[in-house]
Amino acid sequence: MKQLLILSGKGGTGKTTMASAFIKFAQAKVFADCDVDAPNLHLVMNQSVEPIRSDYYGLPKAEINPDLCVNCGLCMQHCRFDSIIEDDGYTIDYYACEGCGVCEAVCPAGAISLNPAIAGELMLYKNDSVFSTAELKMGSGTSGMLVSEVKKQMKEAAGDADFAIIDGSPGIGCPVIASISGVDMVLIVAEPSVSGISDMERIISTAAKFQTRAIVCINKYDTNIVNSEKIEAFCKSNNLPFAGKIPFDSEAVKAVNKGLSIADVDCASGRAAREVFERTFEIMFPITN
Amino acid sequence: MNIAVLSGKGGTGKTLVSVNLAAAAGKSTYIDCDVEEPNGHLFFKPEQIESEKISVKIPLIDDALCNGCRKCVDFCKFNALAYVGSKVLLFDVMCHSCGGCSLLCPQKAISEIDKNVGEIQKGVSEDVTVVTGIMNTGEASGVPIIKNLLEYIPSSNESVFIDCPPGSACIVMESIKDADYCVLVAEPTLFGVHNLNMVYNLVKLFGKPHGVVLNKCLEGDNPSEKFCIENRIKILGRIPFDNELGTLNSNALIVARESDKYRAIFTSLLETVTKEVQHETAVNS
Ligand code: SF4
Ligand code: SF4
Repeated sequence: MKQLLILSGKGGTGKTTMASAFIKFAQAKVFADCDVDAPNLHLVMNQSVEPIRSDYYGLPKAEINPDLCVNCGLCMQHCRFDSIIEDDGYTIDYYACEGCGVCEAVCPAGAISLNPAIAGELMLYKNDSVFSTAELKMGSGTSGMLVSEVKKQMKEAAGDADFAIIDGSPGIGCPVIASISGVDMVLIVAEPSVSGISDMERIISTAAKFQTRAIVCINKYDTNIVNSEKIEAFCKSNNLPFAGKIPFDSEAVKAVNKGLSIADVDCASGRAAREVFERTFEIMFPITN
Repeated sequence: MNIAVLSGKGGTGKTLVSVNLAAAAGKSTYIDCDVEEPNGHLFFKPEQIESEKISVKIPLIDDALCNGCRKCVDFCKFNALAYVGSKVLLFDVMCHSCGGCSLLCPQKAISEIDKNVGEIQKGVSEDVTVVTGIMNTGEASGVPIIKNLLEYIPSSNESVFIDCPPGSACIVMESIKDADYCVLVAEPTLFGVHNLNMVYNLVKLFGKPHGVVLNKCLEGDNPSEKFCIENRIKILGRIPFDNELGTLNSNALIVARESDKYRAIFTSLLETVTKEVQHETAVNS
């Protein structure tokens, strides 16, 4: 199964808008939302069924048994994350603890244990299509692992589908690294602002580090034509395929607020997105005879 | 007065709000904690840059001393170590720098070395001190850089604006730790409400006083505004969707420095925020 991942370097560029349109255009049978910090795809991919929910356990968290603790303070001395609080005995700052287990290893009294902690929830919608998504619990840090779980859940349910479309996570850190791993191509949605260009360059270099093919499109290109031209020129000089550009369209905002994708309504952005989609798929599935 | 600017997601105008609040405040400090995609410096174009490299500790394994007991591999909770072909290998992106492996190795075969993960740049733009954290691409976590960034909060009582990373994960919690007040920026869409709800829960969880700036306001329904009213969240101000503002902003210009009209919007927003902070301090003292 070939996988197309949609990334932007940053949220708010219209990644989910593009992903939902692509899913509709391609009539994708398999898709996923890897933005586990703030998943949005389900808002425009109305599902007729209730999802199968399962708890996601992140790394365990440390806990100190006050009855066994002899107040030697060794755990606090060795904790690199400042998660041990001293105040009338020793306790763990749940949010700061990364579950590394150093405190448990150094405690001479066996007072510390590492306990499983629920860090989020996985959801799998299964009807005529498969939609894998998840939501990280507030303040949990291990989103990269949850992203891997979302993809694993997707693949296990996918059957013999030819391809999958994945809405990626913003940024360039661990969740993005986890979403890139194993995909065949990345579509980068860029915004024609000075910040957008900087974000795009960073995500392109991240994709290159993981040797993943990338293709670029511009969203809201007409909000700054000069910067849009710069992006196109950048792609040309770096030999990056360019998939096209989509205009700013207040109809798109209206569609999203109704829980629809831009592929569901007749609008300028939807038409442009279709062209971007066709070019992307041509490159992803080249005709080889 | 430390003000953190948050949004459930990128692209909502977090940088627009924090950069312009700092510009409107005059003598102040702007700290860009969005270390994965720092953008504030593109607007401020700071001068007299001084930079500091940020590094973390990673293990260095001395193969000559290692006897293959695998204690370190078994210990590492992040699967950063593997024993392959009679050697311990490190996957440094997975390493959380906990120091456990070097501490526990019975052969003393593991020491720690510094690994560069990014840098902090400090400069000035008119009377604003601009501090930017930049994470190297290919790194997993920006938290070590943010921890260092927060040391740049001046001890004087000048205003500090912290441009937070998007989302509500650990990295955001780190950034709001020292904030006196949180400004949440929201877009007028269904996505916007969903994202606002997440950061709203985060600031509530941490008991931080907060209010909302509605950005990109269009005519017609604003689902984010409705959310604020229903949840009795203070609306600090509204920024209209405006082509001229959009163009200035996309060219990385500071709108409050470009025109009186926009300066007025951010000056009045700053006054509202300042009042709220003073009110909070009065209530809590
Ligand atoms: S190391 Fe163990 S015994 Fe010592 S203070 Fe920590 S918890 Fe208590
Ligand atoms: S320092 Fe901690 S996280 Fe890094 S390799 Fe050693 S045990 Fe694993």
